[in-house]
This record gives sequence, structure tokens and C-alpha cells, in this order.
Amino acid sequence: MLRRILIVVLAIVVLAGGGFLAWAWHDELPAEPRRDASAYDPAVVAKGASLAAIGSCAVCHLAKNSPSFAGGYPVETPFGVIYGSNITPDRDTGIGTWSPAAFRRAMHDGVDREGHHLYPAFPYDHFTGATDTDLDAVYAYLMTREPVRHDVPAPQLTFPLNIRLAAAAWKLLFLRHGEFVPDKSQSPEWQRGAYLAETFGHCSACHSPRNALGAEKRDEKYAGGIAEGWIGPALNAASPAPAPWTAESAFNYLRRGFDRAHGHVAGPMQEVVEHLRQANEGDVRAMATYIASLNGVAAPDAAAKAEQAVKNATSRQWPIPGRETTGSGGSSTTGLDGAAIFAGACATCHHDGGRLPISRPVALGLSSAVNGADPRNLLQIVLGGIHPAPNERGAIMPAFSGTLTDPQIVALADYVREHFSGKPKWNDTGTALEAIRRGKNS
Amino acid sequence: MTIVLTINSERHQIDADPSTPLLYVLRDNLKLNAAKFGCGLGQCGACTVLVDREPVFSCLTPISVLDGRRVRTLEGLGIADKPSPLQAAFIKEQAAQCGYCIPGMIMRAQALLEKNASPTQAEIRDHMQTNLCRCGTQMRILRAIDRAAKDMKTADAGTTTGAAR
Repeated sequence: MLRRILIVVLAIVVLAGGGFLAWAWHDELPAEPRRDASAYDPAVVAKGASLAAIGSCAVCHLAKNSPSFAGGYPVETPFGVIYGSNITPDRDTGIGTWSPAAFRRAMHDGVDREGHHLYPAFPYDHFTGATDTDLDAVYAYLMTREPVRHDVPAPQLTFPLNIRLAAAAWKLLFLRHGEFVPDKSQSPEWQRGAYLAETFGHCSACHSPRNALGAEKRDEKYAGGIAEGWIGPALNAASPAPAPWTAESAFNYLRRGFDRAHGHVAGPMQEVVEHLRQANEGDVRAMATYIASLNGVAAPDAAAKAEQAVKNATSRQWPIPGRETTGSGGSSTTGLDGAAIFAGACATCHHDGGRLPISRPVALGLSSAVNGADPRNLLQIVLGGIHPAPNERGAIMPAFSGTLTDPQIVALADYVREHFSGKPKWNDTGTALEAIRRGKNS
Repeated sequence: MTIVLTINSERHQIDADPSTPLLYVLRDNLKLNAAKFGCGLGQCGACTVLVDREPVFSCLTPISVLDGRRVRTLEGLGIADKPSPLQAAFIKEQAAQCGYCIPGMIMRAQALLEKNASPTQAEIRDHMQTNLCRCGTQMRILRAIDRAAKDMKTADAGTTTGAAR
């Protein structure tokens, strides 16, 4: 009897395993002959360029000090490091031999031309919803780039994830195929924005929490996530921004990296904005319309609430002249009086009416980094500052990682939280700082 | 209130508000005039000095945070008769025009060379990005740092008057 049960179990395992392997098997697609750049319609290439900018493809597919898309950027995941691949049309080390069908399969199903499963650090769980026409445009754009010969290191993942079939198992659990269908009851602009944000934009990849296997939690979409040691703030009703996002403020932020009710872009989002600057303006507006709708605040209310938030934050501004060196714990003889540190290190720029020719910081009370439940983003900004991309103009905040000791940074962050947000104190600022110093990114 | 500062290995008792920027104390109280006031906002780097091993903008460094830490200024590197290797390289490359940014440039570069004896051109540029020169001697400054790195290979890290005790 026991033997019979064992045989049945074994048979099920073999059948299921065989079925999985058959399902996971993908043929190699034929190599595409070389085509001249002139074979592609310039209008299609331009459309592809805009979609690639919305997708921020270059963030991961860019090697340091090498042309766009040659790959090599290390994407650090909780499971190991994966390097952005070379997606230039080089025939040996890039995707020069890929046909449009192979490119679509990679974007829709996460399978490369040779039939290997790709790891979901490549967000095909979003790209799967993109239309064939749009993917063909991105394909045309990539195929008309300069081919760059550049070998990218193999992923460094722990067993069993280093077996590519693990990616197939992941897809079985979490990948939902099919073209993205927006809510048809919404405006055409909203629908366009939803499509772009959910597919190419893959906004929720950083702005949603992930489960133990690294998949976005569907029921907590836009509830806030983590990317490269930074918090991707919630964009739904849990948004920490005191001013609710409006279509206008979201557009300012996404397109220009600044809005008067939210402040300057920082962290990994800076690169996203650098790319969105190059995208089709109407498409960025559409995305802003969609993103602003996620908090569930009706548009007229959001605008009024945002104005109120600006007023509230302004009333908490650091007054000039005269320094407030009271109101915080600690003692200035140990250098741990957050207010005294703020007065000497921060208030020159972050004061009421502060005007800088280059960058005018908004009231700190408007910052999601100050208002969020997690101190990480504020700590990251204090440590590293804010700097424009090399050779670009933009806001500058100096880095304070060498100026202040860790206990001083904690005292300062706790003071800023208490003085400017009016929210409950952070209890774990020291732990969060330690984690950032250790380079722990999740 | 009184705060004790250690600057170029000398201890100083300073009577000032704890939020006073280090730059003001250096220039007004101690007459160490190498570090300059440029923008006062941490955007130009003319006030750069070293705290422990890190380059900092002294205009945005309140003295309250310096208890038990070691401040080094250009005056601690060398003197006219006996310049440090980095200062000597700046002289050899004639890297100063008006000279206002130079003490900050040298202190920031000093921090780099103490950590990385053979920086690449890209590393030097990356490291020096926060310091501005408005005369246009950037190329000479970069050359001077590169030259100092090479000169220092045959000497020590280039600290003279008690800077690295």
C-alpha cells in the first residue's frame, strides 16, 4: 500500500516536473540578418526613443563611462547582483541578432533570443503589458544605436537562483501575461498615463512593497517600496507627502525634478527624471495625471489641500534672524543638540524666505523624506546631498557624511523630523543609519 | 559657551555660540585666513578644510560638532619656505590665478591623495566636482593634483607642520 502511494506521488512529481520543463522550454529564435539604420522609419525610432526614456532603460543598461545601453550596471537585489545586459545592436555581445519577434518575446515573456529565462530584475512583469507596436518602436530605436562590443558579467546569485529555471518558476507564480487594459471609465489622458506608468514606466516596481520572492505585492500596490537603499514613497492614500499630488505638481516633479509643494527630486528618482526630460511631453503629462489619481483625493480637493500644506509648512520654517537653539534634547557640549547643528549646518539655506540663485529649497515640512514613517530618505540626503548629473544644471545640496558624526546625524534627523513635520518621532533613526552605512540596500 | 577645538594639532578654547560656523572661528578668532568665504552655502568649496580625514565645507560646519575631532587647514600642510608636495605641485603647475579657491582645492585634493595614492583622471575629476574655480584654471588644478600624486610616490603623504601627528 505504502509502495503504491509512493509510486503515485513519484508519478505526479515526474509529470508535474516534466510539464513544468515543457512549459518552461523556449526555442531559440533565428538570428536576424544585419539591417542598415536607414531601414527604420525615423518617426518610429523617435517614438521608441521616447518610450525607452519613459522606461528609464538606460539606468540599468548603461555601463559607467561607456555609451548608453552597453550594459554592466550592477543591479543589487536581495538575492544577489544582476548586471544590466548589453542591448546595443552588437551582434556578438548585444542584441544585434535579435528579430522584432525575439525582442517582443523578451519584453513580454522574459526569455532571450536563445531561449534562456531572464531574471525579473528586468521588469518584464510590467513590459508584458506593452503593445506590439510600441515594442517594435523601441526595437527600432535600439537597433539604430551604435553597436558597442561589451561583455557583461554573469549574474552573481545564490543557489538555487543561479539556475535560470528558477526564473521560470518565478514567472509561473507571479507573471501575468497580456496587454494592459486601463479603466475605460477614465479620461483618455488618464488611460494613456496608466498604460505608460504600468508598462514602460514600471513605477510600481519601486513604489510598492515586494514579497519574500521579490514580486510586487498586488494587494499593496503603490503602498511604498525600497530601491537602492532609498524608500520609494507610497503614491496611494498612504502617501507621506503633506501636499497631495495633483496632475500639475506631478508633472513638474516628473519633468523638471522640482515642484513648489514637494521640493527637489533626490535619490534613484533623479535618474528617472533625467530620462523623462527626454520623453514626449504629453506622455509625461498623462503619467502625471494617472499618478496624481492614485492617492484617491479628488482633483479640486487635492489642489486646495496642497495650498494648505504649503501654508502649514511655511509656518514651521526656520526664522531668520535669530537662531533657535532650544527645543531639542541633548546638550550642545557633546555636539548632539540637533537644533544647534541645524542652525550651523542647514539653516543658511533652509530658512524662511531662503533664496538661492541656483536652487531654492522648499519648506522642509513639505518633504516626504521628513514626513515619511521611515527616516531612510532624509538620512540618505543628509549623508550624500543632492547633486545634478555630471555636466548638468540642477539643485545642489552638499553632502554631510564627513562633516557630521553618526550620532550627530541621528540627532539632526530626529530634530528635523520633530521640528518640521509635526509627526510622531522616529524611534529607529540610528538603526536606519547603521544599515545605510553598512551598504544594506533592503 | 566655551568649546575646545583641535586645529592643526593645536588646542584652542573658543568662546562662541555652538552653531557658529568653523570658518568664522578660523578666520576671525584664530586668524587662520587660508580658508575663504565664497558662497556660505556649501556650493563653491572655497572654505574646504579637513575634519579627521574628510574634506568639509567649514562654512556649514558648526563648531559644536567638532568636539574630539581633528581639524586641518592649509596652514597645517606647509609654509612658503617648505611647501607640502601638493602645494609644491600647485606652484609648479602655476595652478592659481586669483587664488581664492586654491586653499579649498588643495585641502580637498589632500583628502583624496591620503586615501588613494594613484587616482585616475576620472577619480580626480569626480572628487573635485564640489569645488569651483571661476578664473578657469581647472585644467592646471587637475594637472597639479596628478603631478602631486606622482611626486608623492617618492615622498610621504605630504604633511609637514604637525598635521598628521
